[in-house]
Amino acid sequence: MRNLLGIIDLSEPTEGLGELTIHRTLGAVPFGGRYRVIDFTLSNMVNAGIRNVGILLNDRFGPLLDHIKDGKEWDLNRQRDGMFLLPAPLRTEGGEGITSNLINLRHNRGYLEKSRQEYAIFSGCSMVTNLDYEAVLAYHLEKKADITVVYNQTQDLAAYPPYTAFVTAENGRVLDMALNPMHCTSSKISLNMYVMRKDLLINLVDHYSARQKRDLFTEAIMPRLGELKIYGYEHRGYVGAINSLRSYYQHSMDLLRPEVWQDLFYTHGQINTKVKHEAPVRYLEGSKVSNSLIATGCTIEGTVENSILFRGVEVGPGVVIRDSIVMQKAKLGPGVTLRNVILDKDVTISAGKTLTGDPSFPMVITKLATV
Amino acid sequence: MQKKEVVAMLLAGGQGSRLGILTKKLAKPAVPFGGKYRIIDFTLSNCSNSGIDAVGVLTQYQPLTLNSYIGIGSAWDLDRSGGGVSVLPPYVREQGGEWYKGTANAVYQNMDFIDQHDPKYVLILSGDHIYKMDYSSMLRYHKSKGAAVTIAVIPVPWEETHRFGVMKTDENGRIMEFQEKPKVAKSNLASMGVYIFNWKELKSFLEADEADPNSNNDFGRNIIPAMLDAEEPLYAFAFKEYWKDVGTIDSLWEANMDLIAKDPELKLNDSKWKIFSLNQTLPPQLVGPDADVQGSLLSDGCLVLGKVHHSVIFTGAQIAEGAEVTDSVIMPGVKIGEGAIVQKAIIGENTIVEPGAKIGVPARPGEKVEISNENGITVIEDNVTVPKTMRIVQGTVLSVAAWPEFPEEWIS
Repeated sequence: MRNLLGIIDLSEPTEGLGELTIHRTLGAVPFGGRYRVIDFTLSNMVNAGIRNVGILLNDRFGPLLDHIKDGKEWDLNRQRDGMFLLPAPLRTEGGEGITSNLINLRHNRGYLEKSRQEYAIFSGCSMVTNLDYEAVLAYHLEKKADITVVYNQTQDLAAYPPYTAFVTAENGRVLDMALNPMHCTSSKISLNMYVMRKDLLINLVDHYSARQKRDLFTEAIMPRLGELKIYGYEHRGYVGAINSLRSYYQHSMDLLRPEVWQDLFYTHGQINTKVKHEAPVRYLEGSKVSNSLIATGCTIEGTVENSILFRGVEVGPGVVIRDSIVMQKAKLGPGVTLRNVILDKDVTISAGKTLTGDPSFPMVITKLATV
Repeated sequence: MQKKEVVAMLLAGGQGSRLGILTKKLAKPAVPFGGKYRIIDFTLSNCSNSGIDAVGVLTQYQPLTLNSYIGIGSAWDLDRSGGGVSVLPPYVREQGGEWYKGTANAVYQNMDFIDQHDPKYVLILSGDHIYKMDYSSMLRYHKSKGAAVTIAVIPVPWEETHRFGVMKTDENGRIMEFQEKPKVAKSNLASMGVYIFNWKELKSFLEADEADPNSNNDFGRNIIPAMLDAEEPLYAFAFKEYWKDVGTIDSLWEANMDLIAKDPELKLNDSKWKIFSLNQTLPPQLVGPDADVQGSLLSDGCLVLGKVHHSVIFTGAQIAEGAEVTDSVIMPGVKIGEGAIVQKAIIGENTIVEPGAKIGVPARPGEKVEISNENGITVIEDNVTVPKTMRIVQGTVLSVAAWPEFPEEWIS
C-alpha cells in the first residue's frame, strides 16, 4: 500500500457538536474513553500500509497537534514519507473563512505533487469505523474506476444529517448522489472517503479552486458524476457518524455492546492513540459497575451504569453515574449524581449536585467548567 | 558518547527459577505484573523519573521477550541521543567470550560500556524488584557521606533476615558489618540490591575480583565484603517505602494482591512518578451488564461479563458470563470461559480456560495434593488450554508437560 497517499480532511461541519467543538477541531473530539475522533481514520490508513499521510488543518487545531505530535503513536515519524501537517492559508482572497478543503489543497499543492504515491485516498474524519483501505483500493483498481466512494448501509446514518446518499447500479457504478435529500430512497450513505489517482485529484483541485469553488465533494466531484466513472465500495462494518451531539452520544453508547466494541477496535487492526501511561482501573469494595466502558487511570468506589469513563476519573463512594460520558480528569464531589450528561475534560462538579439531561438531548458541560 | 554523571547498570539476566513455569520462556524481569506492567518497568521507570538517562540492561537468560520489549526504550522516555537504554548481552572478545558468571562479572564484562560515558558514579540495579525510588536522592546522600559505595537498605521482619544480605550500621549510617543470608542476624536492615559506587573504586575492585579464581563474582558475596575489608567508606541508605522482591510464586502473588488493598502502599496512580510500560493500544475495558467487579485491578482491552473479586486482570483478558475469578492473577490475553471457576490462581499469558473448568478448588476428602508454595496458589502455564472437564485442585502448579499424566480424579 506504499502506492496510496492518505489525506485527512478536517473541514467537515461541526456546528452540530456544539460545545464539544468550541475549542477543538472535529478530529480532536474525545471519543470512546481514550481516543480522539481522528485516531480511527489515521489508524485505518496506517493499518492499510499507508506510509504518507497529509492532514489538512483548518482552525482550532491546537488540541489536535497536542494529540498527534509527530505521529509516532501511528508509526508515522518516518525518515521518508510519514505524517505531514498541511495548514490552510491564514488569509484567503476575499477574506472568507478558511474551512474549505479545496482552498487548503490548492495551498498545499506542492505536497500533493511531491508525494511519490500514484493513488490518493481523501477522507474526512467524522466517521468512526474500522475499515480496510487496502480492499477499497483493490476494488477501485478492479473496477478501473476514476473515483471510488465508500458507503455503508448497516447503520441508520440518514438519521444524523448532514449526509450524502448514493444510488448505485448493480455493477457498483454510482448513478446518483444527493445531499440531505428530502425523500431519501437509498440506504447507501457516504462515509466521505474517496479514492482516485493523485493526478486526477490535482486536476480537480486546479480546475475548481480557480473557479472559486470550496468543497471537493459537492463542488468538484458531484458535478462530474456524468463524465467520470464513479463507483461505490460498500463497507459493511460498524460506522458511527460524529456530526451532532445526538449522534455523538448515540454512537458512544453503542460501544457498550460487546459486538460493536469488538468490531470497532479489533477487526482490521488496532486503533492507536496517544499513550498516557495511566495505571489499571481500581475497583474498590462496594463499587457497582455495569454495562460501562472504563479507561485506565480511573478509581471507582461508587456506581457506574451504562456510561463511558475517560482516563483518570475518580468515582468516590456515593457518586452515581448513569447513561453518561465523563471525559478525562473530571472531579466529582461526594454524592454527585449524573444522568444523560456529557462532561467535557477537566470539569469539576461540586458535592451533592445532580445533573440530568435527556437521552435525545444530553446535557453538555464545557471543558474546564465548574458546576 | 556523552559524559554522564551516573550510569545505571540493570541486572536482568536472572532466570528466576523459583518462579518455575512462569519463567520457562522469559527472564524474570519480563514477567507480567500489576495488570499492565512487566517487572522491569518499575526499575526502568525509576531511572527515567530520577533523571538517569544512561542505562545498560544486562541480559542473558531467555532475552527475546525482554529485548523486543525494551526496544530503544521509548516507552520509558529512554530513547535519548548520547545515552538512553542499551541492552547488553554477553559477547565474544578477541580471546573468546563467556557467559556472565555472576552479577559482578556481568558488570566487569561491560566496563567498556560504562567507560564510554566516563561517569563518576555507577548505579547497580536489579530488574526483579517492585518499588518506586528516587535514585537521585540516594545519590545526594552518597555524595554527602563521601562514600565509596552506598547500599539501599530496608528493614525486614527479623524472622526473614536469613533470606537477605543484612547490614549492621553505626549511628551515621556507615556499614560496620555485612552478613549474607545469616543464620543469626545482627541487624534487620536488608540490602535491596541497589548500589551506588564511585566508578573509579568499583573498577579496581572488579578487576581484583576477576583475578581471584575462587570468587563467585557476586556483588553481595564478594565485592561488598572485599570493600568492607579494605575499610572503604560504605554507607547504608534507608528506604522506608514499599519494596518487594518478586522472585517466588508466593511473593509474586502477594505483590499483586498488595496493589488491590483498599489503600495500597505502592500507588500506581501517581502522576508525579508514573510507571511507564510498553503496551499495545487496546480499547478501554468493557464491563458487561451482569458483571460484578469488586476490589480488583483491571487493564485496557479487558472484557468482563462475569464475576471478578479481589483479583488483578491484565491487558486484554476476557472473563465470560457466569465465570467467577477470586483472589487471582490473570495475565494478558487469558480467556476464562463461561461458568469457569478460578480461585487463588496465577494464569499464564494467553491461556484459555474452557467453559466450566475449575481451577484452584479445594481438594476432596482423601484427595492427595502436592502443594508447592506457602499460600497454596495454583499456577497454570502460559499458552495452554485448560479443557472444560478439568478440575485442578488448589496449590497445583501445572505445566503442559504434565498434561497427559493427570490423575483421573482431577477430571470432574
